[in-house]
Amino acid sequence: MNGFNSMFEKATERIRILSSLEPTQKESIETMLDKKGYDRRDFMKWAASITAMLSLPSQFTPLFADAAKLADRLPLIWLHMAECTGCSEAFIRSDAPTVDSLIFEHISLEYHETLMAAAGWQAEENLEHAMKKYEGKYILLVEGGVPTAMNGMYLTLGAQAKTGLSLVQEAAEKAAAIFSIGTCASFGGIQAAAPNPTGAKGVDKVVGKPVINVPGCPPSAANIVGTLMHFLLFGTLPALDRYSRPKWAYGNRIHDLCERRGHFDAGEFVESFGDDGAKEGWCLYKQGCKGPYTFNNCSTERFNQHVNWPIGAGHGCMGCSEPNFWDTMGPLEKPLDSYLVKGLNKTVDNIGTALLSATVLGIGAHAVASIFMNNNDESEG
Amino acid sequence: MANQRVVIDPITRIEGHLRVEVEVDENNVVQKAYSSSTLWRGIELILKNRDPRDAGLMAQRICGVCTYSHYRAGIECVEDALGVVPPYNAQLVRSILNESLYMHDHVVHFYHLHGLDWVDVVSALSADPKKASELAFQYADLPIATGTDELTAVQRKVAGFVEKGQLGPFANAYWGNKTYKFSPEQNLIALSHYLKALEVQRTAAQMFAIFGAKQPHGQTLVVGGVTSIRDMLSPARLAEWKTKYEIVKDFIDRAYYADVVMAAEAYGSEPSVLGGLGVKNFMASEEMMLNRTEKLFQGGFIKDGDLSKVFDVDETKIKEDVTHAWYEGKEPLQPYDGETIQNYTGFIDGDTVNGKAKVIDPNEKYTWVKAPRYDNQSVEVGPLSCLLVNYARGNEKVKKEVGDFLARTGLPVGALFTTLGRTAARMLQTKLISDNAITTFNSLIENLKTDDSTYTKFEIDPEKEYMGRFIGEVPRGVLSHWVRIKNGVIDNYQAVVPTTWNAGPIDKNGQVGPYEASLIGLKLEDPKKPLEVIRVIHSFDPCMACSVHVIDIKGQELSQYKVNPLASGAAC
Repeated sequence: MNGFNSMFEKATERIRILSSLEPTQKESIETMLDKKGYDRRDFMKWAASITAMLSLPSQFTPLFADAAKLADRLPLIWLHMAECTGCSEAFIRSDAPTVDSLIFEHISLEYHETLMAAAGWQAEENLEHAMKKYEGKYILLVEGGVPTAMNGMYLTLGAQAKTGLSLVQEAAEKAAAIFSIGTCASFGGIQAAAPNPTGAKGVDKVVGKPVINVPGCPPSAANIVGTLMHFLLFGTLPALDRYSRPKWAYGNRIHDLCERRGHFDAGEFVESFGDDGAKEGWCLYKQGCKGPYTFNNCSTERFNQHVNWPIGAGHGCMGCSEPNFWDTMGPLEKPLDSYLVKGLNKTVDNIGTALLSATVLGIGAHAVASIFMNNNDESEG
Repeated sequence: MANQRVVIDPITRIEGHLRVEVEVDENNVVQKAYSSSTLWRGIELILKNRDPRDAGLMAQRICGVCTYSHYRAGIECVEDALGVVPPYNAQLVRSILNESLYMHDHVVHFYHLHGLDWVDVVSALSADPKKASELAFQYADLPIATGTDELTAVQRKVAGFVEKGQLGPFANAYWGNKTYKFSPEQNLIALSHYLKALEVQRTAAQMFAIFGAKQPHGQTLVVGGVTSIRDMLSPARLAEWKTKYEIVKDFIDRAYYADVVMAAEAYGSEPSVLGGLGVKNFMASEEMMLNRTEKLFQGGFIKDGDLSKVFDVDETKIKEDVTHAWYEGKEPLQPYDGETIQNYTGFIDGDTVNGKAKVIDPNEKYTWVKAPRYDNQSVEVGPLSCLLVNYARGNEKVKKEVGDFLARTGLPVGALFTTLGRTAARMLQTKLISDNAITTFNSLIENLKTDDSTYTKFEIDPEKEYMGRFIGEVPRGVLSHWVRIKNGVIDNYQAVVPTTWNAGPIDKNGQVGPYEASLIGLKLEDPKKPLEVIRVIHSFDPCMACSVHVIDIKGQELSQYKVNPLASGAAC
C-alpha cells in the first residue's frame, strides 16, 4: 500500500469536495439501488470489482463506493461525430454488473442523441443549456471521428448547420474532462483509414486539451465506466500510456492473458479455419490474430457480460484498440509478417513506427520459434 | 399567408445525423417535406485496394446498430464473386445470427428509439398502478413487468426525475402534445416495458455473441464460413443460446406484441398516424434460412399498392439519381456504373418558425443521400414492404400472422398502409422471426450430429477478375453490396442500403422518396414541437450512417481525392 498512500489521500480529499457539491438528482443512489433490489452487499461487491479492475489495492474499495454514490454530481454530454453508433450501442448493453447502467442513469445524462427524447430545436436547447449551466463541470464524451477536410463541412449539426468540428471544440472548451469513446474518437477510426477522404481525426487532434482515449471497436462498457470512476475518485487523469489510454485497461497485451496462449507457446496453431486445431481451440496467430500487438483487456473482460470475444469464437483479434489498425494490421486474417501490401504502400510505411517496438519484435521472434518447433507436427493440420 | 418552414435537426433517437424540413400552410398542414443527411464518411472509397477478406469487417463499421448486416453482406458478396459456398452449418449459423440481430434491433427500435413518440412519460405519473396492472390483461394473457408493485416502482423512479426538474434524457421533449393518445395507465405500462426492454436487449445481444463473439460488431464470419466452431460443438453453449432465446421471445410475445395491440387501440383513430405512406411501391428480398429447402420470407416487388400482383425483382432496373444529392452527374445510373463527383453546396439562410436558420434550398442539392429508383420509381423498403410482399405472395405464415393481428385489433387491411401499420409490421416481422428462429436452430442441431464442417477453402487468383454481389433482407429493408476484385484486391465496392431507398431526395423527374412523401398532408399540432413529423420518420427506423457512402470506379489516384473525388451516395 506504500506507493498508494498519496493517491489514497488525494482520493479521500476528492470525495470530500464532491460531497460538498449540490446533487443533480434528488434520490440518492443507495435509495435507488435499494428500490431496484440491490443491497449494500451487492453494491460493495461491485465497488470491489471496479477496484480490482483498476489494479488498486482493496483499501480503495470503500472510496469507490463513496465515489459511485456521488456520481450524480457529474453531468455528462455525449456528442456524436462521424460514427456508426456502435459505441452507444455497446454502452446500452452494459449490465455486468447491472449497477453500471444504473450509475449511468443516475449520472445526469444531459445530451445523448441516440437516447434523448427531445429533438431539433429542443435538443439543441438542452445542449446549450447544459453547457452553460454546468460550464467547467461536465464530462464530455465523444463518439466518432471529427471530419476536418472542407472546413469540417462533411458533418453539420443543428438548425444553424454548425460543423461537428466547431461543436466539439466549443464543448471541449467548457468541459471538466474529455473522454474519446471508441477508436474513431480516439484515433479517427474507419473513416480515417487510407485515403481518409474526409480528413477525419481523433478528438485530441482538434481540441487544445488533454483527452483520455478509450479505444475499441467498440470498447467494452466496463472500460468506459472504469474510466469515469477513476475521474470521479481522483479528479485527475488516470495513468495513461503513450496513446493516452488508461493503463489499467490497456496496459496488457491481449496475447499476455489469452486463453489460447499455451497453444502459442507449444507451437500449436490453427492452420485453416474449421480444421482440427480450430476445434481444439489452438492459437490463431497464423490466421492473422493481432493479439501480440494489441493492448486491451478483452482476454479477461470479454464482451456482452463476458459471454464471448473474438478469439474465444475462433477468429483472431484484429487490433481494434490500436491507432490506424485498419491500415497497419491488414489483411486482418493474415499474420503481419506474411504478406506484401498491395495498393496500400503509403500506409505500410507506418507499420514500423506503429508496431515494431522491441517488445513486439521479441514476440515475433517467439512466434517464429514456436512455428519452427512445431514443424514436425505439420501433418496434423 | 405564405408557407412556413420548420427545421428539425438533429432528428434524435436514430442512427446517425438526419435533418428534416417541412413547409406548413396556415392550418399547419405539411405541403412539402425535405430530408437531408448531414454526414459523409466515404467507407467504400476506403475499401478500395484492400484484401477482399477484409471487406466484411470493414463494411460492418458502416453501422453499429444493424451491425451484422453489413458484415454478412461484405462477406457474402465476396463469396459470390469467388464462387465459394460455405458449408451448411455455416449457413445456418449465419441465419441464427441474423435472427438474433432482428430480435435485438426491432425491440430496441420500438422501445428506446420510437417508443417515446407514442408514450408520454409525464402522463404516466398520474396513472393508478393498480388499474394499470389490471388493464395489462386486456392486451396479453400473461403480461410482463406490469404487477402493481413493479408499476409503482417505475412511477416513483420517474417521479424523482420530474420533481427535480432534472429529466436527463427525458428533458424538453414534447410531453403533453395532444396527439399522445395513451391513457395514463397505458403510458405507465409502456414505460415499464421501456425499462424492462433495456434488460431484455442485453440478453438478445448475448444470444448473438454466443456464435458471433460480441455484439455490436461481431467477429466470426470469414469468407468461406464461420469460425465459432467450438461454440457450435458445445452442448452447454447451444443450450445457453436456447435459454436466452426463450427469454427474448417471451418478452416479444407478452410485451412487444401486447403494446402494439394497445397502440393500435389507442391510436386507431388518431389522424396523424393514419397517413404517412406516400410511396406505394414496395420491395423485399428472400431471407431467413430455416433449413435446406425453406426460407421464412420471399422476395418481390409490388407496384402502386396493388397486392394482386407481385413481380420478381430485376436488378438491372435499379438506378441512382443525384439531381438533388451533393454529387455531380446527370442521368440516373445502375449501381455498377455509378459515377459521381462530390459537390457540396450546403444550406442557405432562411426564415423558420423558430427564427433565422440555415435551410434547404429545394431547387438545389441538399443531402449526402442519393435517390435510388426501381424502374424509375420511388420504392419503400423495410418490414412493412417485407410483410406486404409476402402477404401478396400468399406466404402462409405471414398471412396468418397478419390476419390474426387484424382480427385482434379490428383494423382493416388498409390500416397497414400507415405510420401505425409500419410500426405494427415491424413487430409482426419480429414475432414471425422469433417464432421461427427455433426451426433454424433445430436444423443446426440435427446437422451437427453427422457433420462438423464450418469452412470451405478457396483461393484468390491475382490474375483473374471477379465480380459479385449480395442481396438480402436486413432489419431496415433490402440491402445489397457489390464488389469487383482485380489483382487480388478490391477494385470497386458499393453498398445500396435500405435507408437510401427511403430517405433519398427528389429525383430529376420531381418524384419524392418515401420519407418526403410520407409527410405531405400531415397536420401539426404545434409547428414548434413537431412530434407528428418525428413519429412518422421514426416509423421508418432511419439509419443514416448506412445511407451515405462513396465509390471510386475510375480508380483515380487516391491522393487526388481532394481535387475530384468520385462518389456515389446510396443508404441502410
